[in-house]
Amino acid sequence: MTPAAVAEAAEAGADAGDVAVANYREALRMALREELTRDERVFVMGEEVGVFDGAYKVTAGLLDEFGADRIRDTPISEEGFVGAGVGAAMLGERPVVEVMTLNFLIVAMDQVVNHAAKIGAMFGGEVRCPLVIRTPNGAGNQLTAQHSQSMDGWFAGTPGLKVVAPANPADAKGLLKAAIRDDDPVLVIENLRAYTLKGEVPTDPEHVVEIGRAAIPRSGSDLTIVSHGYATTRALAVADRLAESHEVEIEVVDLRSLRPLDVETVAASVVRTHRVLCVEEGWPSYGVTAELAARIQRACFDDLDAPVERVGMAEVPLPYAKNLETAALPNEDRVAAAALATLGLGPAA
Amino acid sequence: MQVLQEERAAVGIDLYRQMVLIREFETEAESQYKAAHIGGYCHLSSGQEATNVGTVHALEADDLLVTGYRCHGFALARGVPARAAMAELFGREGGCANGRGGSMHLLDVERGFYGGWGIVAGQLPIATGLALGLVRQDRPQAVLCELGEGAVNMGAWHESLNLAAVWRLPVVFLVVNNGYGMGTAVDRASAEPDVFRRAESYRMPGERVDGDDLDAVIEASERLLSAARQDRQPAVLEAVTYRFRGHSVADAGLAYRTREEIAEREARDPISRVREQLIAAGASEEELDAVVAEVEAEVADAVAYAEADAEPPVAELAAGMHAAGSDAQFERMRPGSPFGERELIFDAGLGR
Ligand SMILES: Cc1ncc(C[n+]2csc(CCOP(=O)(O)OP(=O)(O)O)c2C)c(N)n1
Repeated sequence: MTPAAVAEAAEAGADAGDVAVANYREALRMALREELTRDERVFVMGEEVGVFDGAYKVTAGLLDEFGADRIRDTPISEEGFVGAGVGAAMLGERPVVEVMTLNFLIVAMDQVVNHAAKIGAMFGGEVRCPLVIRTPNGAGNQLTAQHSQSMDGWFAGTPGLKVVAPANPADAKGLLKAAIRDDDPVLVIENLRAYTLKGEVPTDPEHVVEIGRAAIPRSGSDLTIVSHGYATTRALAVADRLAESHEVEIEVVDLRSLRPLDVETVAASVVRTHRVLCVEEGWPSYGVTAELAARIQRACFDDLDAPVERVGMAEVPLPYAKNLETAALPNEDRVAAAALATLGLGPAA
Repeated sequence: MQVLQEERAAVGIDLYRQMVLIREFETEAESQYKAAHIGGYCHLSSGQEATNVGTVHALEADDLLVTGYRCHGFALARGVPARAAMAELFGREGGCANGRGGSMHLLDVERGFYGGWGIVAGQLPIATGLALGLVRQDRPQAVLCELGEGAVNMGAWHESLNLAAVWRLPVVFLVVNNGYGMGTAVDRASAEPDVFRRAESYRMPGERVDGDDLDAVIEASERLLSAARQDRQPAVLEAVTYRFRGHSVADAGLAYRTREEIAEREARDPISRVREQLIAAGASEEELDAVVAEVEAEVADAVAYAEADAEPPVAELAAGMHAAGSDAQFERMRPGSPFGERELIFDAGLGR
């Protein structure tokens, strides 16, 4: 498929058939409910997913609907229950493990990176691990250094894992369903601030979003912004803002999948616009935007009219004070300034 | 009350003052949070004051204290000024972590308080290491490490207790059992809900105490801490108490427990208990009312201080991140350097 055809297919996928308006957390719940209904092997476990209705209410009501065997509250034991998900998956179960936030998944890093990710290759393809881990990243609510991280790149840089990061309700539903149906371990990175985003969501229970395909939620010819997750919301806002203020047309490529990465769609866009800014919620050094910059310079060397620019969280453990937190985040002002610099319309870095 | 009878009456009154201070501080923190002057997560200690004050009372000046994120009560009991604590909650420069840590990360190194920590059980290995440091430095002190009963199902609990026991480290693990870890009742999460009994597996003393009984808390804490100091005997102390409010200010606390249960526990308020004991031992209502009035003024003053205090300057965004002198090491990564990039804010107070 040509990049344009891929982009078109990706876009078309999002509005095929009937739709309902739902927010991001409701869209995730729809996906869980549909998959729990479709396949007996699917079950959910995590801290507070049952009686408490989920720390962020994604699983609200599912305990009543599916019972405590399939909506399983766990003790605070991330290494234990993430690992238990790995084991159950090896036996052909379809566990969907909720980890309260990405920050706590670090406690289970060994089970994710050194166990789940290894199974397919290390055992020569003899056994699979169809595990799903869902967890939100993100910052912006003054949760401070230990609770405000987006280490998406750590996981996306790990062979053996698949990593998706939906930016909107439709993709949240479609990618979570795809993850549950996938035969490999898939990490679904949600976002704390995205949970309340509203949008149209396909209601067809067979609608899934293909893993490994980026989308182009906004087209433009002057600059490409590549982003994923909540950074896509920021990118779209900045594109609107600069269209007004500077009459520039910015194209936004929403990665949706980090591993596999859809370099083709990214490159096709950059070939059209000749300028690219990569944005992520996490720290840019050694991060998703670092990977993008490397891929783009190779794929688009002759097409670039400006260096690949990036914006992410300032490289500090995020401070608590509101003014410091705001300054450190890849806020719209910082994204806009970097976009203008890349366009040659503002001061360079 | 024993403390009052055996020691000077002033000690009992001071402990009462501390308990009232914690309650008033938490009540004020909740309303300031609702007024959006405080952000992030805000976990209150209301209801747990006897445990806060009794355990910290048993600490000597050079002992060390480490806690989880529900740390306001311990910080105040340890003597962190209400102003410094409230300013931290407000994210101001005069906060005890210079506005960088917020509600979950109070600390006061001068008072031996090595931090409120946010990852469940993350503070346990750190407390173990502080105890190791004390031993290596030949200091005859002990570490008190607070955790919630929800933390005992983490691997770090097992690893820390085992290390403390095989190395004979002077650390007392204080399990504040307030009945629930978020919405999960103890027996829904723990195969051995009698948490103190887990100490047996490491051949260390484990005790349970009524965490709302100030005398009992002080007695057990003093005994276990002095064994830690004198014999490097680690131990587990489980204080059974109740949190009056939700898990954090954002949780109403009603989805997983009944209003009756809360009312029943509130009727056995540890602060009223101490007050009754003080009165029975001869203190006057007026004297105690005066303490309450004094504390109310102290908390009002703390809020006024926090409101007036400055925000930390953005130019100091990275202050404290690295040791002094690190600037030069990072020089070639900073914006403005030939290959520095705009998104790497390394020039904002690094190493200061
Ligand atoms: C490793 C980890 N997992 C999950 C959380 C989210 N979390 C914060 S507090 C808490 C409940 C802890 O309960 P408990 O230990 O009983 O302490 P309490 O809050 O009652 O003082 C949870 C699950 C976390 N901070 N760290």
